[in-house]
Amino acid sequence: MEEESDTRKINNSFLRDHNYATEADIISTVEFNSTGELLATGDKGGRVVVFQREQESKTQPHRRGEYNVYSTFQSHEPEFDYLKSLEIEEKINKIKWLPQQNAAYFLLSTNDKTVKLWKISERDKRPEGYNLKDEDGRFRDPSTITTLRVPVLQPMDLMVEATARRVFSNAHTYHINSISVNSDLQTFISTDDLRVNLWNLEITDRQGLTHTHTHTHPHTHRCIYTYTLPLIPKHPFHRHIYAHRNPTGLICDFEEPEDPSTRSFFSEIISSISDVKFSHNGRYLMTRDYLTVKVWDLQMENKPLETYQVHDYLRGKLCSLYENDCIFDKFECVWNGSDSVIMTGSYNNFFRMFDRNTKRDVTLEASRENSKPRAILKPRKVCVGGKRRKDEISVDSLDFSKKILHTTWHPHENIIAVAATNNLYIFQDKVN
Amino acid sequence: MEVNIEARRILAVSISKLYASRTQRGGLRLHRSLLLSLVMKSARDIYHSSRESEASSPVLPEPQPEPLSDRNSSETATEESDSKVDDYDFDIVEEKENLSPARQSRKRRGKASAAPDFLPSKRARLEPGEERYDAPLASCRVGAGESLATLSLNQVIPTSPGKQLPSACRFLRIRKEFGITSFLPNMISP
Repeated sequence: MEEESDTRKINNSFLRDHNYATEADIISTVEFNSTGELLATGDKGGRVVVFQREQESKTQPHRRGEYNVYSTFQSHEPEFDYLKSLEIEEKINKIKWLPQQNAAYFLLSTNDKTVKLWKISERDKRPEGYNLKDEDGRFRDPSTITTLRVPVLQPMDLMVEATARRVFSNAHTYHINSISVNSDLQTFISTDDLRVNLWNLEITDRQGLTHTHTHTHPHTHRCIYTYTLPLIPKHPFHRHIYAHRNPTGLICDFEEPEDPSTRSFFSEIISSISDVKFSHNGRYLMTRDYLTVKVWDLQMENKPLETYQVHDYLRGKLCSLYENDCIFDKFECVWNGSDSVIMTGSYNNFFRMFDRNTKRDVTLEASRENSKPRAILKPRKVCVGGKRRKDEISVDSLDFSKKILHTTWHPHENIIAVAATNNLYIFQDKVN
Repeated sequence: MEVNIEARRILAVSISKLYASRTQRGGLRLHRSLLLSLVMKSARDIYHSSRESEASSPVLPEPQPEPLSDRNSSETATEESDSKVDDYDFDIVEEKENLSPARQSRKRRGKASAAPDFLPSKRARLEPGEERYDAPLASCRVGAGESLATLSLNQVIPTSPGKQLPSACRFLRIRKEFGITSFLPNMISP
């Protein structure tokens, strides 16, 4: 599919020309809200930046709904666990939006140990005409007050403020990897490697936990790396996935038998699932492991419906990828609104899209050089062996420090947000 | 053989990763540590099975018993929680020593011949309660014509049998308790 690019950076402009990335600016999560009007990003420095889509205006029809910074706030600070002598990173692991119920926006953001509920609200009026304070805010001498007046709300420049409404902490021994809001809008789930905690949004202390579920794998007695998904939590480990559905308590186990011919030292690592996503229609499940994306039918547990190779040319380089730690990278995957296309990231700032109907796939690159505003993204190709054509790039030239781990797709339209280290790229469909 | 070298290399890389992950911010990550230990386990299994297939080769030179003090210090230095890593630590260190036993024995022989008389001779460390027992073999060697001095029998015999094993035997037993004798083809597991 053709894409028009419309780039936004979240760095300050003076950093735009520098090639290095401050570690705190590295984006660690991206998430559209349920209408697609807002896009939230979290970074390693514990900050959340929220973008809002511009209203389409008749005067500038070609500037269709661009995203601009709406709010920035520090969600988490680095902490220290004195009991265990451990530093708790402030990196935002996940952001989940709550469906909108009033004028304010609510989101949940989490680091390794603590989940916070943030309220983002607009203020465009301010009270003026206090009796005891003058316009500067200084207190007036009561003896100088001769008349009383009622303060009046006057319009002011729009101010967006974020306030932490709830802090949910002290419920996870291991690192929180995922949160998920329940459809009843009253509860949410946080999971770490071994435990699923079901919280009530109103109650922040541990008494508010209505359900905690500790898992060990029944067959191998190994612990399970857990993930949660929209409304339904999951626990993927290796090839095994459990879906625990509230409130019916349905547990599913998806497992594909291992192909013994491809066994190597790193079989467990590359079959370990890094992300799980339900399709919007709830009928399919998509899993991402190191080299492939698989689509599963919820009714069929023994083998996936579809398997897509993301970057199979890496299969021969697993040893060096193990040494430079790249083999542990956790790539995310995402569905489009109609569940017809799936997308996931790769190295060299490449990301891949697979059309499930036409079985076509495309590799695109998120880079400053290729992404002038309104330029169409050119498909890229990795040359596997033999002769390299002009536009192709060979496997050895790939930059493994440039990885696209986090991507998200607008719930209804063809707009995608792709995080490449410290830069955020937003691509939209071409308008004719 | 190549698989052997590969397995050892991966093992060494894995151990260094495990150690490095202790000091990283945010503490140990459970899933990553699990994956690392799985890789280590498969590398160890492959190394072990390839070594077993070479076990039919001729007898390898005897291992050099390490002074017990060195082992103790390395034991106490590492934490309990990483006992599995300790085992591999032993193995890797022991490996390096086993790699060139010939060189070490050469070194020893050389020292014996070059050592002047006024320097203290290198003898095995005595455990408390043991006493050095000089060679009683002179009586057996009547008629041989050899001088007693050349018979450097330096036997260490415990005074109370059963109480203390000689250091070399005790070292073997400690290694067995850690469950890693199978990893070392040079050791004869009782």
